[in-house]
Amino acid sequence: MTAADWTGPVAAILAMAAATYMVRFAGYWIMSRVPLTPFLRAALEALPGAIIVATVVPLAMRGGLSAWIGVAVAAATMLAVRKDIAAMAAGMGAVMAARAIGLP
Amino acid sequence: MLPGVLVFAAAVGAASAEKGLTLGQAVLMSFSVYAGASQLLALQLWPEIFSLSAIVALVVVTTAVNLRFLLMGAALQPWLSSGPPAPIHLGLAGLTDANFVIGSRYHAGGGQDAGVFVGAGLFMWIVWTLATIPGHALGHLLTDPKRFAIDMVMPLTFTVMSVGLFRMRRDRLAWPVAGAVAVVTAQLVEGFWFIIAGAIAGSLAAGVFRDRG
Repeated sequence: MTAADWTGPVAAILAMAAATYMVRFAGYWIMSRVPLTPFLRAALEALPGAIIVATVVPLAMRGGLSAWIGVAVAAATMLAVRKDIAAMAAGMGAVMAARAIGLP
Repeated sequence: MLPGVLVFAAAVGAASAEKGLTLGQAVLMSFSVYAGASQLLALQLWPEIFSLSAIVALVVVTTAVNLRFLLMGAALQPWLSSGPPAPIHLGLAGLTDANFVIGSRYHAGGGQDAGVFVGAGLFMWIVWTLATIPGHALGHLLTDPKRFAIDMVMPLTFTVMSVGLFRMRRDRLAWPVAGAVAVVTAQLVEGFWFIIAGAIAGSLAAGVFRDRG
């Protein structure tokens, strides 16, 4: 194996890692230099849920009917038993079952 | 939480084997990047020849997918800044979707110990890196991610974690706004920008209408 065979992938991986770390620290760093007004406090408190909703809804739409079934089963299981693992397993199982019988 | 991380990491390992990464490179990527969605997307664009422009394209894609970490770091800052700096920085280095939601849910329930966020991140960092290895070895068995619902690991994880995070007074406006803006953005713009657009819109809505009970 010549040097060029592995330097390219390794350089790409390390560059990706460096970019990801900058993003990881940037939000915290910015917020530690901005005064926390009532507006920002309310916005930041709602941010975790907003990130989750903004991720799940479009991805479920992309995933089709089977994805919606999985989301509904996972949420219902979580509400019923309050166990992460059971809810994940039920959701994944529902998606696989729906796709196995040919749902989109 | 843990089964999702295992399956997702194995899928990334399988995808990296398919694209011709060695086991060492696959493990290096999972350990150093540690952000599954961006790794999967970058692997789909993985070039045969590594020109500078190819590497720049991979970095841009990775950054775009991971910009949500910027919002997550911002959301966690008021809580984490009360803790000691060294472990907090270690925790931020391991910031990802899973420990973000674990930390957020714990803090929303009144918890104050930042060690929950840091510890969950470091634990899953190790699991994530190790689970890449069997995924890489199994390779071809896992290459149909849709059949095994692997494309749904992230949304399902988020769905499960969102139960218990919802606060009627605060979120009854923010969540619909976030969802609607994200859906519209996803129709109009390629990539993962919908997460950023929807999250900011929902968060701003909560900020603007904070006093209207």
